[in-house]
Amino acid sequence: MDITLRLAWRNLWRQPRRTWLTTGAMVFSNVLLVFMISLQFGMYGLMIDNTLKMLTGHLQVQAPGYKDEQKIRQVVPDISTLAGTLRAELDSNRVAARAAAFALASSADRSYGVQVFGVEPAYEPVVSSLPGLVREGRFLEDPDASEIVIGRVLARNLRVAVGDELTLLGTGRDGSFAAAVATVVGIYESGIADMDRALAQLPLGFFQDVFAMQGAGHQIVLEAESLQAVAVLKARVETLLPSGEDLVVHDWDALQAGLKQMIQADISSAFFMYAVLVVLVAFSVLNTQLMSVLERTREFGIVMALGLTPARLGRLVMLETAMMGVIGLLFGALLGGLVTGWFSVYGFTYPGLEELSSMLNLPDRMYPRVTFASLMIGPAVVLLFTLLSALYPAFRLRRLEPVEAMRAV
Amino acid sequence: MSRLPILWTLAWRNLWRNHRRTLIMLGAIGLGSWAMIFMTALSRGMVNAMVEDGIRALPGHVQAHHPDFRDDPSVANLIGVSDAELTESLTASGLAHWATRVRVPAVVSSERESRGVVLSGIDPDRERNLIFVDYETVEGRFLESVDDRGVVLGRKLAEELETRIGKRVVLMSQDPDNEVADRGFRVVGLFDAETEAQEKSYAFVGKETLKTMLGIGDRVSEIAVMGDNYRDVEPEYRMLIAAVDDGVEVRRWYELDSYLGTMLSVTDGFLVVWVIVIFLALSFGLVNTLVMAVFERVREIGLMLALGMRPVDILGQIIIESMLLLCVGLIAGNLLAWGTILPLADGIDISAVGQGMEMFGAGSVLTPKMTLQDVVLANVVVLVLGFLASLSPAWRASRYDPVEAITKAS
Repeated sequence: MDITLRLAWRNLWRQPRRTWLTTGAMVFSNVLLVFMISLQFGMYGLMIDNTLKMLTGHLQVQAPGYKDEQKIRQVVPDISTLAGTLRAELDSNRVAARAAAFALASSADRSYGVQVFGVEPAYEPVVSSLPGLVREGRFLEDPDASEIVIGRVLARNLRVAVGDELTLLGTGRDGSFAAAVATVVGIYESGIADMDRALAQLPLGFFQDVFAMQGAGHQIVLEAESLQAVAVLKARVETLLPSGEDLVVHDWDALQAGLKQMIQADISSAFFMYAVLVVLVAFSVLNTQLMSVLERTREFGIVMALGLTPARLGRLVMLETAMMGVIGLLFGALLGGLVTGWFSVYGFTYPGLEELSSMLNLPDRMYPRVTFASLMIGPAVVLLFTLLSALYPAFRLRRLEPVEAMRAV
Repeated sequence: MSRLPILWTLAWRNLWRNHRRTLIMLGAIGLGSWAMIFMTALSRGMVNAMVEDGIRALPGHVQAHHPDFRDDPSVANLIGVSDAELTESLTASGLAHWATRVRVPAVVSSERESRGVVLSGIDPDRERNLIFVDYETVEGRFLESVDDRGVVLGRKLAEELETRIGKRVVLMSQDPDNEVADRGFRVVGLFDAETEAQEKSYAFVGKETLKTMLGIGDRVSEIAVMGDNYRDVEPEYRMLIAAVDDGVEVRRWYELDSYLGTMLSVTDGFLVVWVIVIFLALSFGLVNTLVMAVFERVREIGLMLALGMRPVDILGQIIIESMLLLCVGLIAGNLLAWGTILPLADGIDISAVGQGMEMFGAGSVLTPKMTLQDVVLANVVVLVLGFLASLSPAWRASRYDPVEAITKAS
């Protein structure tokens, strides 16, 4: 073993309690960082997946302006044909056409305003999780049947069950009066109040009849293999759109601008907290290393008089710090990994989580996701700042005069 | 007791024997307490604004409805007592800010588009301090009386409907017999709100006009009461219960919107955790400093003990040293927090992530709010836990055997 290495190791344990307290600060912060970062990674992933799976999808083909204004006349003409072309060209069935409108839904004794979607019964279950959440009855099957699927809360409020009829009143594409009677065939339960209260789905063909759509719709929803593949798919879809038609492709970022922004807002507030923790650890290390250098002034004076260069002493101090930092990193990552790993299997909850998580499309129990990155980022940054904070004590050594130092108390 | 001043002097001087160490530690405590207070003020500001906006959208601190109304907010679930009688008993109740309103789900249609809204029939004079709409900033005008024949919409809703002031829209809802009740209204005003969702989902008309349209006689669906402090709505709650009869369900705001109530309590909990976490990160350095300070002075402490100083004085001295360190650090941190929060009093523009904040239900301007309670919490936690953390090194120092300590090689 190199002599400097051995010296550094021994120096570290001259004051075991101090060394343990300093590494303790690192371990504490590291465990916290590993847990928090793993939790964030897990949460963001789920939030994006759950939100996009519900209705948005990864990409949508729309008429320009529809995204912000959602007017019924901003249409994608001949939507079923276009969706079929996309399916064939992309060799993927994760493409579904939809149309949307607002209507007053009336049962025998209640009326509520709802958003109605016309969907393709064959393809909607591929791009959306909603059809899978039908708890009573079944999802739509026939693309032209006068059937409707509604949310649990809406069903309760309208006092209807599977088999009952609903009257829909609204405005058609051409401004005409749109009215229809549809049979409730399914009731879904998403757990998200807004969706269960104010959303209904009709077969696309029936919707087009009722709202005078003349074969048009409003959005073609596409799903990519993964979030990473969205950009490639978007470029591909853009080339496949019929020339001469005025259509645009939006990715989930644009469709759910709030989602990414919320994650950004959350990351920046988390970043502030992490930064404070890391800087506090750095202070602790600075303190310890400065003390350990100062109390060895005499010793350093002697070894310098014996011919050791200040640069080598500086390296010694840095090496001591690095050892301490690596101990902190290893124990921190290990302990953090264990704690987080346990929670990633068993999950955890706290009072009030239920209300908050349903707002963010999250489940009631939280499961952090341990990855190599989430395990190492925090501890690595702590190690970096540990080393940075030891620079000052290490550089002070250069100003040391051997003779004076030997006389120091 | 007379020994105390000496201990203070000793502690203070000891602190500055190693000024570098003390300064680093002060820096850490200052930074830590700054972070505690700053972060607290930011979250407090955000959540306060959220809760206040949320309460104004409900609106009110306490509401009363028909027992089935909250689950099924339809025209079928009206309060059993007539509006005139309610007005009489509410006037006599001593409540300062209250209003009765009709609230039903409705569809609003322009010649081009239809949208679902919550339609409120209100008394504009009584609602001035209750609802989230600021009458003065409404484009056009707000409703002028309970018989007003116009409708006030949110700006975003009007854009989607492609309508504007002076144009007509049709409002459709149901009457108590589930016949479609509809009526044309002229758009007289457009309001702006904190969040787009509010601008999209509310429409206001005169209370009497809506009663006539729905054919519900002199009945209303909701009583809203506003108190002075949303953290304590018990007086209003009790006064409202006393004023209405038994067939009416009275609820506080945090029961009406459990998300808001939860947000408030989760934030309270989170802030305590945050303060404690920061303290723990600090405590390692604090204990370290004290352990070192004692360690360097073993011989000196032995000498003091040999000269007759009592162990309890040694204990006191170390603790006073620790407390002085914490106090000076805290003062620096508090001043720093005050100095950084003051320039932000007008709010921080976070509209770059505005749509994201809206998913939380928060607005796009973040105004930090430094409350006495939070500042006291941070300082008290640091002092109390700091005291506990310094007990062990101090106790150790006071237990030294004088002879051993004096002869200990440094």
